[in-house]
Amino acid sequence: MQKVFERPKGLTDTEFTYCAGCLHSTIHRLIAEIMEEMDIIHQTVGVCPVGCAVFMYEYMACDIIEASHGRAPSVATGVKRMLPDRLVFSYQGDGDLASIGTAEIVHAAGRGENISVIFINNTTYGMTGGQMAPTTLIGQKTTTCPSGRDPHVNGYPIRVCEMLATLDGPSYIERVAPTSPAGMSKTKKAIKHAFQNQIDGKGFSLVEVLSNCPTNWRMTPIDSFKWIDEKMSEFFPVGVFVDR
Amino acid sequence: MATKKLLKGNIALCHGAVAARCDAFFGYPITPQNEVPECMSELMPANGSVFIQAESEVSAINMVYGAACAGKRAMTSSSSPGVSLKQEGISYIAACELPCVIVNVQRGGPGLGTILPGQADYFQAVKGGGHGDYKLLVLAPWSAQECYEFMPLAFDLADKYRNPSMILMDAIIGQMLEPVDMHKNFDIVEYPKPWATNGARGRAHNIINSLWIDPKTMEGLNQKLQAKYADMQVHEVRFKEYQTEDAELVMVAYGSPARICRSVVDMAREEGMKVGLLRPITLFPFPAMQINDMAKDGKRFLVVEMSCGQMVEDVKLAVNGASDVEFYGRSGGAVPTPTEILNEVRARFGKPPVVSHYSSRKESAV
Ligand SMILES: Cc1ncc(C[n+]2csc(CCOP(=O)(O)OP(=O)(O)O)c2C)c(N)n1
Ligand code: SF4
Repeated sequence: MQKVFERPKGLTDTEFTYCAGCLHSTIHRLIAEIMEEMDIIHQTVGVCPVGCAVFMYEYMACDIIEASHGRAPSVATGVKRMLPDRLVFSYQGDGDLASIGTAEIVHAAGRGENISVIFINNTTYGMTGGQMAPTTLIGQKTTTCPSGRDPHVNGYPIRVCEMLATLDGPSYIERVAPTSPAGMSKTKKAIKHAFQNQIDGKGFSLVEVLSNCPTNWRMTPIDSFKWIDEKMSEFFPVGVFVDR
Repeated sequence: MATKKLLKGNIALCHGAVAARCDAFFGYPITPQNEVPECMSELMPANGSVFIQAESEVSAINMVYGAACAGKRAMTSSSSPGVSLKQEGISYIAACELPCVIVNVQRGGPGLGTILPGQADYFQAVKGGGHGDYKLLVLAPWSAQECYEFMPLAFDLADKYRNPSMILMDAIIGQMLEPVDMHKNFDIVEYPKPWATNGARGRAHNIINSLWIDPKTMEGLNQKLQAKYADMQVHEVRFKEYQTEDAELVMVAYGSPARICRSVVDMAREEGMKVGLLRPITLFPFPAMQINDMAKDGKRFLVVEMSCGQMVEDVKLAVNGASDVEFYGRSGGAVPTPTEILNEVRARFGKPPVVSHYSSRKESAV
């Protein structure tokens, strides 16, 4: 019998602890497949966030570092400057990257730091129980804006790709949505492009992945995909923002 | 042939870092240590090493964390408010058992404080500083020469114990120009770092992490760390004594107050008072046993600090009731004068205070 589908070598045997239907799992798998296809597992150093992906160090087969909340771009900078021939990526949620770690991501991008950032935007703080994030949409209910995000009280959501695209440092910025087979292959292509950019020494790349949090959104996984496609992508349009 | 160079403490420590084969410096400007990033921005690239001016102290210490994960020798330097910002990162580095060196050229505080010298970050340096149960190896230089020599020592101890080391100095030591003998040969030990996250070629993947949800595992890590600190307490205590043998009163001071106190010992001795000085060089591990032995020998203590009283608590713990411990301190950037300290000493020998010795030869020798 011919095996047609198996666990990518970029993953360890550890079972994921993500909620059912959560795209963190899918995105992990894509990164693992890319590492295997590019044959770079042994030369990659990952930097994980504080958030639902905090246990990522147990799942990835590459060398991996747990950073404190928001600081992954600086940790990745330290690694990359010491080991310029290794591939260094950070994986960060919206709370991690767009709130507590805003300074770090802006300046890593500004420096054109030769790292790849995978930014998981699920418009909420999944791990701590569904609080408001900088990316929470206007009107979206969370545990800390229970009657919906009101811009007069909570301010407006932040579009990270658009913001970073104003800088000269980044070489590649794209937003993707893996809510369909086509979206998934686009996501994979984007992350691969970000890794290839780094190998080619082109500097900072960021791939924003519109993701879900069925648990805290209180939706079925299917409905959460619909919500990404209908609501989220309206405010956070997918597409390439920088590629040079 | 002249082997000495006239250097500020801040500059001397940069040369010490190069002698220690430091691979990377990550910093952010703050007075009174700005000469450090300025000097390192020249020295590091010239030696094929990395210099980055980070966007903040928070970022700088996390770059140090990343570089240490990569198995390299990394350092950062700052002053009091900046070191407060680094504390989260320092706690993570200590928890992950990574080696690195952090320099704190202290100014007076709290808050934005003053850019003048202080020693009020002692608690923060020796008691952990950030969250959780951890300790740093803390070295306190009192001269530009020691700034130079303590850098290789700090890196060596950091690698040996897989623990962050701190150089705790004050603005006087950082800013004072002194001759430094740079022709010292340091034995730089290359410690194997099989734990480094530098690409898993030919081995299982390495993980550097400080998250341990299970209390048994977390407590186990804490016990391992505590055993390491106990080991440092046995093997790494460093201190200097001056005229303590027959002293009835021993002053305890580090950094620039220790230099002032040494002059005061001479002044007091001239007047027939048996006074000595103990200068801790490692503030952690602290020379507690040595102080306890002196206390049991009947010696009394006067602790002099540029703070409202911090190290005095460690001296009291060390003495453990066996003798008297008193304190004299100035804070907020004020530096104690020899006369002030001498008067404190005189009071302990039942003598009246004297007026300022400011113009005396000895005073200017400080
Ligand atoms: C300094 C610090 N502040 C707060 C926390 C608590 N915390 C853990 S995860 C998290 C939010 C993570 O949200 P996000 O980055 O969006 O990732 P998600 O969980 O949604 O995947 C917070 C606030 C922490 N661990 N450290
Ligand atoms: S809480 Fe949300 S983001 Fe976290 S694993 Fe569950 S679904 Fe995914």
